[in-house]
Amino acid sequence: MQSDDQWVGQVEILDEQSRMTLRELCAACGLSAEQVMSLVDQGVIDVETRGGGVQFSGICVRRVRRVYRLERDLGVNHAGAALALELLDEIEQLRARIRRLERR
Amino acid sequence: MEYRDYYQILGVERTAAQDEIKRAYRKLARKFHPDVSKEDDAEERFKEVSEAYEVLKDPEKRAAYDQLGKSWHSGEDFRPPPDWDQGFEFRGGGYTDTDPEAFSDFFESLFGRGGFQHGGAHQGGFSQGGFHQGGRQFHAQGENTHAKIAIDVEDSYRGSKRQISLKHSELGPDGRPEIKERKLNITIPKGVTEGQQIRLAGQGQPGIGDGKPGDLYLEIVFNSHSCFSVEGKTVYLDLPVAPWEAALGGKVPVQTPDGTLNLTLPANSKNGGKLRLKGKGLPAKEPGDLYVVLDVVTPPANTDQEKEAYRNFQNAFQFDPRSGM
Repeated sequence: MQSDDQWVGQVEILDEQSRMTLRELCAACGLSAEQVMSLVDQGVIDVETRGGGVQFSGICVRRVRRVYRLERDLGVNHAGAALALELLDEIEQLRARIRRLERR
Repeated sequence: MEYRDYYQILGVERTAAQDEIKRAYRKLARKFHPDVSKEDDAEERFKEVSEAYEVLKDPEKRAAYDQLGKSWHSGEDFRPPPDWDQGFEFRGGGYTDTDPEAFSDFFESLFGRGGFQHGGAHQGGFSQGGFHQGGRQFHAQGENTHAKIAIDVEDSYRGSKRQISLKHSELGPDGRPEIKERKLNITIPKGVTEGQQIRLAGQGQPGIGDGKPGDLYLEIVFNSHSCFSVEGKTVYLDLPVAPWEAALGGKVPVQTPDGTLNLTLPANSKNGGKLRLKGKGLPAKEPGDLYVVLDVVTPPANTDQEKEAYRNFQNAFQFDPRSGM
């Protein structure tokens, strides 16, 4: 392991604008290319094709990992996990709005 | 170490059938799954429930566990009897992909060694509370690790330098996992918002041999703030104003996460009214907007002079707030 008190140079935001290759996304999530592409087929994550290769946005890491955790722990399939993810996104937005309104 | 009553954790009788155990587990898993639940102790409860299910769903492990007897109570000091598992033939396996590192000492002492192998990849896993875990051995490239950190909204505005501390488990000299802490000094990238991740290249698990180290992924959450809230890149700020400020308008100083701004309040502003400051939300190529939400605060009338002022107020207006009722 690394020692204490070091400065980390390269810090990068994974947001809608950032781009990752299939290989990077697989490595980040610890999944195979087949597993990642099966989530593309279900419409869980969007893919862009550019110059023969495929690219993903940085937010896919969190989505893919959440879907796989839901499948592993709750026994749901891709479609069920994808639905749960969409509902969870909506709940998060609503919770943020409630927090804002309740603060007043 | 403490005894764990796995039946009690799942809320089933010791005589429960396998499918009953599965149903109980599924229900509790949905309730406490950290991706789904907002209960404070969700992660702890989920780990407990997963561990209980890990044992009770497997007839071999369940039988071995049952053999410890019924006289134990949850939380009681426990030491496995010598050769407690003698005569049990464990085929190993039977593990789900649940994170073995999340299991308790109690579980480890019973099933962690001997016939049981920690198998399989476990790159998933929850990392809330600053935990991150490693994984497979004998792998050239270091494993990527994941954790969650809480920052202030102001950190995202300014791109502050922050020291974070991360806990992880490492195998100690005796082969048992121990919790270690490491500190990292990082620059929070400007404009990062809740739910996004940041990637710290090379800060994951070290590589084996000549392999490159893995990356560290940190998921961002904001500390709650009494005046600001954030939705995506949009920031909301509550601004208390006096009734005369709202009615007459004028310049009001506003403490934003980005410093103090002089806001021009239009005359006859309403309570709950929103003023948009374009591009003053979280910074980005297309920065978010900052909404100032007006909160008109009425001062109490205590002294004679204050009461007189309110009476004058009343006389000056032909105002019926309930005219619309």
